[in-house]
Amino acid sequence: MVNANRLAALFAALLTGATALAAGGAALEPAGNDVGNVQSLQRGARNFMNYCSGCHSAQYVRFNSIARDLHLSEEQVVENLMFNAEKSFETIQATMPAADAAHWFGQVPPDLSLMARAKGTDYVYNFLKGFYLDPDSPTGVDNLVLGGSSMPHVLWELQGFQSAVYHENESREQVFDHFEAATTGSLSAEDYDNFVRDTVNFLEYISEPARATRRALGVWVLMFLTVFLIITAMLKKQIWKDVS
Amino acid sequence: MTEDDVDRNRRHFLAIATAVTGGAGIALAAIPFLSSLQPSARALALGAPVEVPVGSLEPGEMIRVIWRGRLVFVLRRDEEMLSRLVNVTDLLRDPDSAVVEQQPRYAVNEYRSIKPELLVVEGSCTHLGCAPLAEFQIGPDEDWFGGFFCPCHGSRFDLAGRVYKGVPAPTNLRIPPYRFIRDDVIMIGADTGAA
Amino acid sequence: MARIESEIGTPQGGFMKWIDDRFPFTKTMQKHATEYYASKNFNFWYYFGVLAMVVLIIQLVTGIFLTMNYKPAAADAFASVEYIMRDVEWGWLIRYMHSTGASFFFIVVYLHMFRALLYGSHKKPRELIWIIGMLIFFAMMAEGFAGYLLPWGQMSYWGAQVIISLFGAIPVVGEALVEYIRGDYSISDITLNRFFALHVVVLPLALIALVFVHLVALHEVGSNNPDGVEIKEKKDANGIPLDGVAFHPYHTSKDLVAIVVFLMIFSFVLFFAPDLGGYFLEHANFEPANTMATPEHIAPVWYFTPYYAILRAVPNKLWGAILMGGSVLLPLFLPWLDRCRVKSIRYRGWIYKSALALFAISFLVLGWLGLQPATGLYVILARIFSVIYFGFFLLMPYYTSIDKTKPVPDRVVYHG
Repeated sequence: MVNANRLAALFAALLTGATALAAGGAALEPAGNDVGNVQSLQRGARNFMNYCSGCHSAQYVRFNSIARDLHLSEEQVVENLMFNAEKSFETIQATMPAADAAHWFGQVPPDLSLMARAKGTDYVYNFLKGFYLDPDSPTGVDNLVLGGSSMPHVLWELQGFQSAVYHENESREQVFDHFEAATTGSLSAEDYDNFVRDTVNFLEYISEPARATRRALGVWVLMFLTVFLIITAMLKKQIWKDVS
Repeated sequence: MTEDDVDRNRRHFLAIATAVTGGAGIALAAIPFLSSLQPSARALALGAPVEVPVGSLEPGEMIRVIWRGRLVFVLRRDEEMLSRLVNVTDLLRDPDSAVVEQQPRYAVNEYRSIKPELLVVEGSCTHLGCAPLAEFQIGPDEDWFGGFFCPCHGSRFDLAGRVYKGVPAPTNLRIPPYRFIRDDVIMIGADTGAA
Repeated sequence: MARIESEIGTPQGGFMKWIDDRFPFTKTMQKHATEYYASKNFNFWYYFGVLAMVVLIIQLVTGIFLTMNYKPAAADAFASVEYIMRDVEWGWLIRYMHSTGASFFFIVVYLHMFRALLYGSHKKPRELIWIIGMLIFFAMMAEGFAGYLLPWGQMSYWGAQVIISLFGAIPVVGEALVEYIRGDYSISDITLNRFFALHVVVLPLALIALVFVHLVALHEVGSNNPDGVEIKEKKDANGIPLDGVAFHPYHTSKDLVAIVVFLMIFSFVLFFAPDLGGYFLEHANFEPANTMATPEHIAPVWYFTPYYAILRAVPNKLWGAILMGGSVLLPLFLPWLDRCRVKSIRYRGWIYKSALALFAISFLVLGWLGLQPATGLYVILARIFSVIYFGFFLLMPYYTSIDKTKPVPDRVVYHG
C-alpha cells in the first residue's frame, strides 16, 4: 500500500538533498515496521511498559485507548500493562520520579508520546540498536545515533553488549565501520531486531493513534467527492451548453 | 418537447442532484465538528466514578467527597439518628421520595440509602445549588430533629436529605448513583450490579 | 439555443416581498450574481480567488472549534494540542484541516497573485483591487506567523525568536520595539497570549473586512480575463456585455467543479499525508518548546522561505531585513511599475514573458533555498536569484515600455 507520507518525505528528501543520517555519519537502517500489524503493536506495548516506562512517560497516551486500538480487553490491559496505574483511563506515567531522574542522569528522560514523530521511526530504531561499549562514559556505553546520550543500554540483557569498530578514511579520520558483538544477550540478533521493531512500531502508533481512522475515512471522503465531481461537472456542462 | 425543454429539465435534475449531494456532504462534514463538543476522553476520565472507603467512618461522622466536580456528603448515621427519621414525616414535602429524579430506585425507602446507616447524598441544595450545612443536633427549634440547613435562603432537609415543607427548595436532596464494592468501600457514580 | 434567463425575477408577493421591502436582498442577488457579468473565457488561473475564499472559510470554522479546546498559556499549549489530537472527539481531523488549510491558503493565494501577473489584473482600472489584495497577503503572513507560535513546539518558539529579533535590526528603536512586540524580555507566556488574541480575533476580522472590500472593488470595475479585453466596452442592446455571462449560474456552476477538485486534492493531503514530509507539519514541532536548546535547522514554514532566503542572502543584519521587507512590499507598486499598455501575456512581447518566467523560477528557487542551510553554494545562488527577483520589479518600467506587443483583439477568445 503506497504510503503517501513516505513518498512525500522521499520527494522532500530529494529536494533538500538530505538523507537521514546518524550522528556518527552512517546512514540509518530503515525500521521496517508496519503500524497496521496489531500483534506487533501488542508486543511493542508490552516491551514499552516493561523496559521503557520505568523512566519514560508517554503522558498523552491513555491505557483505555491502547485497549481499544490494539484489540485488547480492559482486563488484559489492567493485568499486563498497568503496573502503577489503577484506572484504565489513566495516562502512561514514568515510575521514576522526575526530580530523581534529573539528579541521576542530568536530565529528565524525555516523554515518548511523540518521539517517533519528532525524530522518525528509523532514528529510534537505530538508536535502540546503536549502543556500544565506551569505558569513558558514566553509563559504560555511548550511542552511535545520539553521541553523549545519558541513557544506559537498558536492553543489554536482550542484545548483549557490542563494540564499535572504526577504520581510517582518506582524510586520516577514524570513521565508524561496523559493530562487533562483545557479549551475547538472550535474544539472537534477528530476534533483537524484531523486538526493537515491535517497540518502535508501538512508538509510531502512540505518536498518532488516529492514523488508521484517518486513512480509512480518507477513502470514503475521496469516493464521495468523486461522485460529487461527476454530478457537478455534468451540471456545469449542461449550463454552459449554449455559450459560444 | 423542444430541445430547450429537454435541456431545462436536465439542468433542473442535475441542479437538484447537486444540491442534494452537496447538502449531504455538508451534513456529513458537520458531524465531526458537532461531535467534538461532546465530553472528551479527559472529561470522561475526570468524571469517572470515585471510590470512597467508608470503613473508618465513626457513627455520626460525615465526610465530603467530590464527584464530577460536585460535592457529595457521606454520613454514617447512628441508631439514634435513624430513629429520628420517623418524627419528621409530617413536616416533609416528599417523605416517600415520590419525585423519581431525585434518587435511584434503590434509595426509595425510609432511609434513602442502600444500607440504613450510610447516607450518600449530594451536597447541593435543590433550590439554587448552595452547599447545605450539617446541623445534626436536635433543636433549638421544636421541629428540628437534625439534618441539613441551607444558609443561602433557609431551606431545611432531614437526616435522609428529605426537604421540609414551607422552604424555598422544592425537592429532596439528590442521591447520586452508588454501590458497595466491598462492605467498607463504596463507588460513587456507578451502580451497575447494585442490589 | 437560448441563454439561461435570470431566474430571480423580482418577487411580487409573500415572504420574499416582505424581506425585499425592508432589505435589498433580491436587488443584491441581481446586482452581484444573476445580473453581474464576467467574461466567458475564464481559464484555470481564474479559479484561485474563489478557492481562496473556500480556504478562508475552512480556516475560520476549524479555527473556532480549535479555540474551544486550545489553551493559550506556555505551560498548557503544547499539551492542549495533543489533547485535541487524542482526547477530543474528531479533534485530530479539525486540527489537520486547520494545518493543511494554512499551507493550502498560501498555495492558492500565490497562484491567485500569479494570475494577476499573467493577465495584467493589477493594471488600470484594477490597481486598488491589487493593493487591497496585497494588504490581504500581508494580513495572511501575520496571521500565519502568529498562528505558528500557538502550538508552542520547538520550531514555533525558535522560529518566532528569529523573526521577532529581526526587528532589532532597526536602528535606534529596534531593541525597544522587539521588547514591545514580545511584551517580555524573551518570548514567553505573555507573547503567546497576545499572539493568540491576534491570531483568533484581530487578524481574522481584518482578513474578513479586507476580503469584503476586495470584492466590492472588484465588482465596481468587473473582472479582467485571460485576453485582457474589457468586456464592458462591447455591450448588446440590453446593456449586457457581449463576452459576458451571468455570474450565477455560469460561474457559480463552473467554480463549483473547481471547488470539488480542490477539495479532492485537499482531502488527499489531509487524510493521507497531513505532515507532507515535514513541510506542512514540521517534525521539530512535535517536541515542546525548549528555551535552552535550539533545533539544528531553524527555518520558517515553507510559504515564508522565499523571503527568508532573501534575508539570509545579505551578509548585513539591517540590510537583510530591509531587503526582505522590500521584497514583500515591492509588488504593491506593480500597477505603476508595469508600463506596458497591453494587459495579457498573450499579447505581450518576449521580454515580459521571459521576465515573468525568470521571476517565477526565482521565487520557487528562493523558496527551496530558504529551506537549506545558509552555506557555500546555497548563499551564492540565493544572491543570484534575489537579484533576479528584485530585477523583475525594479527594471519593469524599462523593459515593459520597450517590449514589442501584439494587437489585442476586440472580443475575447473563447473555444467552447
